[in-house]
Amino acid sequence: MKLVTKGATMRFGGLTAVSDLNVEIDKGEIVGLIGPNGAGKTTAFNMITGVYEPTEGRIVYQDQDITGKPAHRITEAGIARTFQNIRLFSTMTVLENVMVGSTVQERPNWITSVLGTPGYHKRAKETREFAMDLLAETELASLADEQATSLPYGKQRRLEIARALASRPSLLLLDEPAAGMNPQESIELMEFIHRIRERFDLSILLIEHHMQVVMGVCSRMYVLDYGVTIARGTPDVIRRDPKVIEAYLGVD
Amino acid sequence: MMTRDKIMTLGALAVFALLLWWADGALGNYAMRILNLSAIYIVLALSLNLINGFTGLFSLGCAGFMAVGAYVSAILTMSPDVKDMNFFLEPLAPWLQNLTLPFGVALIIAGICAAITGLIIGLPVLRLRDDYLGIATLGFAEIIRVVITNLQGLTNGAQGLKSIPKYSTTWVVWGVAALTIYFVSRLVRSSYGRQLKAVRDDEIAAEAMGVNVFRVKVVSFTISSFIAGVGGALLGHMITTIDPKMFSFMLTFNILLIVVLGGNGSITGSVIGAIGVTVLMEAMRFLDEPLNFFFLKTDGMPGLRMVVFSALLMIVVIFRQRGLMGDRELSWERLAKAGLLPRRKKGGLA
Repeated sequence: MKLVTKGATMRFGGLTAVSDLNVEIDKGEIVGLIGPNGAGKTTAFNMITGVYEPTEGRIVYQDQDITGKPAHRITEAGIARTFQNIRLFSTMTVLENVMVGSTVQERPNWITSVLGTPGYHKRAKETREFAMDLLAETELASLADEQATSLPYGKQRRLEIARALASRPSLLLLDEPAAGMNPQESIELMEFIHRIRERFDLSILLIEHHMQVVMGVCSRMYVLDYGVTIARGTPDVIRRDPKVIEAYLGVD
Repeated sequence: MMTRDKIMTLGALAVFALLLWWADGALGNYAMRILNLSAIYIVLALSLNLINGFTGLFSLGCAGFMAVGAYVSAILTMSPDVKDMNFFLEPLAPWLQNLTLPFGVALIIAGICAAITGLIIGLPVLRLRDDYLGIATLGFAEIIRVVITNLQGLTNGAQGLKSIPKYSTTWVVWGVAALTIYFVSRLVRSSYGRQLKAVRDDEIAAEAMGVNVFRVKVVSFTISSFIAGVGGALLGHMITTIDPKMFSFMLTFNILLIVVLGGNGSITGSVIGAIGVTVLMEAMRFLDEPLNFFFLKTDGMPGLRMVVFSALLMIVVIFRQRGLMGDRELSWERLAKAGLLPRRKKGGLA
């Protein structure tokens, strides 16, 4: 069991954004997290990645308790993420954005950086080469020196994934990777997700609204509504679950 | 292997050094003082730019760290006689009375003391953001000033210090300025500098990419305080008289002006800004005196200089919102693109 959340609950004042979340992800799995707007999906991500500290419950990753640890420590532990509203470093180039992702490997230190010690140069070179590999993998290599925010939307999303991969994670959290994509792009994205899972030996947890994408790519999924897990299981089970249909379509 | 750009940079440095050497002999005291003041302002502007421009932290504590540096270096370099002369109200603490260190050592200790002050202030204050951080750092700078005013036996309080040894010669100030430019540009272009910029661009994303945001902020703030302390010390050794009033918010404001005018996040911008502002402030002094144009006669309006200066500032900010350089740098490559240098041949001199 790689990631286990044990009754993770997040309250903001009187509002319970996520209650009693129990998610389990095994090695190599692609798991979906779906639900209507405001169901608490991104809050769940924020709890796992250390943006919020859960009010209750524990989060365990590879037998290590990561509850309430700062976000950069969780990245060190091997969990990387992308953001729903793209958060690229706007003054940096595409390549530099990916290189920032390697911080946990490179561990730059200001003294060796200024002195330019051989060790520093070696690591900086590795970082750059790995970043270029990732850009090649995500088909962004030709745009390496462009300003990150000048890319079209779909490529910015792929760049965010490349940047997350630069920390060499074992679990990748994707927050609505297909948002704003047309059906053709969504299909390409599904293939892309499968490919990076194989290539980088990843487990993936993804939030998604496009049913086609989630059903096509995930082996299991969890459905949230008003912060409560209303269903879990394989896509076939979810598709027929009356509670899910009610949450999504409404029932008279 | 030397690239063309490196050769050009070394050449430009040599030309500048020659120019300084010539100026040191040929120009009068007044002109040299302005030139050297520009060098000190370059140091100070880079200190503020590192924290404001490259790390994206709105800090207004510059004057406080300068004060720490200036006082430490002054007290450590003055001879016992001069100390006796200064501390007539209350004697200086005995362990400092007979301590006179070489200037270089004192300058480094001044920087370290400012850095420690920065670290102590930074640890609580850097948990704040934006304007709140600005106000908190401003407050701490004032606290430093008040503490200095009241530590009569250590700083001579409101009387200030006089007859500080005049160590800030042309070579010293420009040497320190060159070192600072080198250090800051190495830092911001390195992998560590990329972390600084990541924090500036998006803290949440930086943290999620494994950047220890708080630690990066503290390191940047401490380095910036060190540089400010060194700059303050140089200023003290140039003017030879310091008192707490000198290190008020107005001093921070002047430096902020240079950074914003030159371009937040541009090293060359800060250099151009520092020289430009210092020289212009002096060059426009004639405006304060009685003017006699054929269409306009005035009899001395003190302050007119500042009016014109403010107007100039507004013009720059209206036409170049992000300062003269924005966050770009002046480089040989940029000059070549602008057609001021021969273009580099593909695979040529590199």
